[in-house]
Amino acid sequence: MLWAVNRRYVVRRLLQVVPTVLGIVTLSFALVHLTPGDPAREFAGEGADQAQIDAARSYLGLDRPVPEQFTTYLRHLLHGDLGTSYAQRMPVTEVIGIRLSATLLLTGTALVVSTVAGVGFGVLAARRPLRWLDNAVSTASLLVYSLPAFWLAQLAIMALALKVHLFPAGGMTDAREAYTGLAAARDIAHHLALPALVLALSETALVVRVTRAGLLQQAGQEYVRSARAKGLPQEQAVARHALPNALLPVLTIVGSRVGYLVSGAVLVESVFGWPGLGKALVDAAQAGDHPVILGMVLLVSATVVTANLATDMACAWIDPRIAAR
Amino acid sequence: MGHSPTAVVGLAMTALVAGVAALAGRIAPDYPFTVSTPDALRPPSARHLLGTDQLGRDLFTNVVQGAHTSMRIVAGVVVISSVVGIMAGCVSGFRGGLVDDVVMRVVETVQSVPRFFVAVLVTGWFGAGARTMTVLLGLTSWPVLARVVRAETLSLREREFVTAARTMGASDLRIVARHIVPNVAPTALVMAAVTGSRVVLLEAGLAFLGLGDPNLASWGALINNAQPYLARAWWMSVFPGAAMAISVLGMNLLADGLTDVFGPSAGGASLGGRSAPAD
Repeated sequence: MLWAVNRRYVVRRLLQVVPTVLGIVTLSFALVHLTPGDPAREFAGEGADQAQIDAARSYLGLDRPVPEQFTTYLRHLLHGDLGTSYAQRMPVTEVIGIRLSATLLLTGTALVVSTVAGVGFGVLAARRPLRWLDNAVSTASLLVYSLPAFWLAQLAIMALALKVHLFPAGGMTDAREAYTGLAAARDIAHHLALPALVLALSETALVVRVTRAGLLQQAGQEYVRSARAKGLPQEQAVARHALPNALLPVLTIVGSRVGYLVSGAVLVESVFGWPGLGKALVDAAQAGDHPVILGMVLLVSATVVTANLATDMACAWIDPRIAAR
Repeated sequence: MGHSPTAVVGLAMTALVAGVAALAGRIAPDYPFTVSTPDALRPPSARHLLGTDQLGRDLFTNVVQGAHTSMRIVAGVVVISSVVGIMAGCVSGFRGGLVDDVVMRVVETVQSVPRFFVAVLVTGWFGAGARTMTVLLGLTSWPVLARVVRAETLSLREREFVTAARTMGASDLRIVARHIVPNVAPTALVMAAVTGSRVVLLEAGLAFLGLGDPNLASWGALINNAQPYLARAWWMSVFPGAAMAISVLGMNLLADGLTDVFGPSAGGASLGGRSAPAD
């Protein structure tokens, strides 16, 4: 699809990414090297003597000049090396990798659910602006948007897992059974439902608001009136002409929603005992395992930058005027 | 303000929370962490309005003082992020060129870095303290404001009154201070409410993970504490969460209402604005 987008726009947009990525990397380097605390001491562990600390210092390359450390750091990053976990003595990429799939499953589900439900309710609300359905949807979305996800998670557990035993209260799989194949997938889905819904809820509210605002704005445009004038029923004029244009802002916020979703997931995961990045973050925070936390900072930053880039490309593909500007 | 019931309701809710926070020492003067095991896990009653936790600590005292903690951090973050955001936005939009490019790349970098994770990292180094958290969240919450202020400055600097001021020999600093800043104030006010609501959630989220100030009562810590008792003591989770929801909803309503009052130019900053930061 990129070939269909204005080439100069693609190049310009890609060039903009370079300083941002450099900024992120420099910031993360600074976070490790310019803050209090001695990484060598932490790496050597408690009760290490001076010789061991010195050995750790030279192992980590901390006895080299700072510019050299920075180039080494960059070189390692380019090779996908995020350093070694202090607590678990294994590569950070492995520590994160183990937990990543569970978080991807959770956030991915929430992203899809919130987008589909958000656009659906947004369209419903915009059909008759300021009538009861619109008011109900708009009020509900503002209310839901204001509820902290990790509290909502507890309310959901109390109501749907502990009172009526509709869903399991936590975990990713049933510990008492060893399911295989389809049954295992169903088991995971059953555990996934509640955390994914909770995580999706406030995002849904955001999408509802953006969809509704976009549709109301588009509905007043002349091309919709023309479509109506040539005899198209209102529903079709909206669905075929107004909706695609109204969805552009929904697409634009996807990039930023990825960031929100991941940090929301950290909290929701710890309420539900979901074995994802949130669990790894809490463990790392408790153990003072800075390379792991820093690795996650880099990973999430990179995801956000990529998502924003992809979003901009998609927008320029859908609406070429954006690239021509 | 009279035109927007949303703004009035939002302002009332925000004022209520701010009032409780300001008078926390009068409303609930007791030490929030006083343990009294005979009173453990009591439901709401006349003696303990919101019940007690597993160690018999009074929930009402904790929720009220939690408001104080939360609002203190909100106020600090809003001041820091407003100053930095307005300055960065004005300079970027007014100067243009290379300065603009540099500022916008910094904005993008700060926006891409997940605040929440960085906060976890920094509290690990400096210890979990309200002041550290305020500075950290303040220094990472300004990019959206800077973007919006920049966009407004770009259009303002072409306006006649700015040209007129320049013709009369006004310096750049004077033009920005006297003509640009007052005109971006409504936007800054809307953004302050939006930022405030995010900060309530971030502070509570960090405290929920056990990274809040251990010497202060916090809604997030209360909710974390409630986790093992969900089946037995609903009040431990419901009341702190409701307090949090009231604060966030109040500020969101205020932001929405102010957008209605000031017109859509200030609204670009509100919910759903492009490129919200990665938390």
